[in-house]
Amino acid sequence: MERTTLDLWVGVFVVGGLIALLILAFKVGNLSGYDGSETYKVYGEFDNIGGLKIKAPVKSAGVVVGRVSNIQFDNKTFLAFVEMRISQRYQFPKDTSASILTSGLLGEQYIGLDAGGDEASLKNGDKFKLTQSAVVLEHLIGQALFNKAGEGGDKKAPAQ
Amino acid sequence: MPHRKVGFGLRGIGHAMVNGVWRLGYASRFFLLTLVSSGASFRRIHLTIREIYFSGVMSLIIILVSGLFVGMVLGLQGYETLQKYGSESALGSLVALSLVRELGPVLAALLFASRAGSAITAEIGLMKATEQLSAMEMMAVDPISRVVAPRFWAGVISMPLLAAMFSAIGVFGGYLVGVVFIGVDEGSFWSQMQAAVDFRQDIVNGMIKSVTFGVAVTAIALFEGYDAPPTAEGVSHATTRTVVTSALVVLGLDFILTAFMFRGV
Repeated sequence: MERTTLDLWVGVFVVGGLIALLILAFKVGNLSGYDGSETYKVYGEFDNIGGLKIKAPVKSAGVVVGRVSNIQFDNKTFLAFVEMRISQRYQFPKDTSASILTSGLLGEQYIGLDAGGDEASLKNGDKFKLTQSAVVLEHLIGQALFNKAGEGGDKKAPAQ
Repeated sequence: MPHRKVGFGLRGIGHAMVNGVWRLGYASRFFLLTLVSSGASFRRIHLTIREIYFSGVMSLIIILVSGLFVGMVLGLQGYETLQKYGSESALGSLVALSLVRELGPVLAALLFASRAGSAITAEIGLMKATEQLSAMEMMAVDPISRVVAPRFWAGVISMPLLAAMFSAIGVFGGYLVGVVFIGVDEGSFWSQMQAAVDFRQDIVNGMIKSVTFGVAVTAIALFEGYDAPPTAEGVSHATTRTVVTSALVVLGLDFILTAFMFRGV
């Protein structure tokens, strides 16, 4: 085979392999930090974020409007400090509340935004005033047991 | 006489053992000799480029087609299982993690062993049978540095590139089935994938695996070819042994590497 054709094919092969590696790194992996569209940052403080992860979606009325970009623990307030990037296309009133919700029984956790009625909109660097933490299963069960025990004080619990 | 039979049996085991150790030592010396005399494969780079063409470029079709179908099957099967738990949004991470960590390196190495490894063994075995290697030695050309080393480095370079292409096209296959045909949400497919796949932990480890497999498969293929008895039957047996040994070594190495890389993750 001609030397130049051979070199050409090997060049195509190596470049193809490197492109595949780049696709793996940036599209499949998490090496990229920038998703192209214009965003603004808003912050929320939560008592408990449950299993929320960086890059989890921020949804309003079920539509993805942004992503969680950073999660930190604030050592002064002992709260979780969550940074969200919301697409510039979507504007929310200043008194919008953020809550951590779960999609499905075992699904991923996301932040749901409920729009308020304020005239002014959230701007870059604003903080949500109203937040609702993730539901922790153990707390829920503990509460249910506690309520049950409270009922059992008055009348005798039925024998199992 | 039973004690004589026992003696025969023991002698058989001992013979097999000594033979195995001797062969392993011979293979290690051959491998070291290849490494030592691999200067020429970089000084005369076109020797290596030629071999990359024959073992890497010619394996592209089988790698790409298999990768696409493996990804598509993963998409289908993963969806079937995940939708029972209502978490089909995790399909992206399932497809990507299984491809990048395991299936990409391992299947690419198995395909490479059967496509390129067997060809290398047959070629070198036939070169030996037709006394081309001895002729080279007569002309003061070292067959190890002229024939063996370029093929070795070509395999080591090609293998990770092929594995990367396998994984990338597999992820595309999973996307095709999961998002385009079945209708899993595209955003959560990619975002869950990107949240689950870590560059250092998954992609770099997958690449390390495929480089190791490339070294193992090519070294086995070269040794079997070089060691083949110079007959038609000998070459055919050597080719079979290349594929079988490579497959076993790749799977065994994969277990060992996985145990070291992903323990406690």
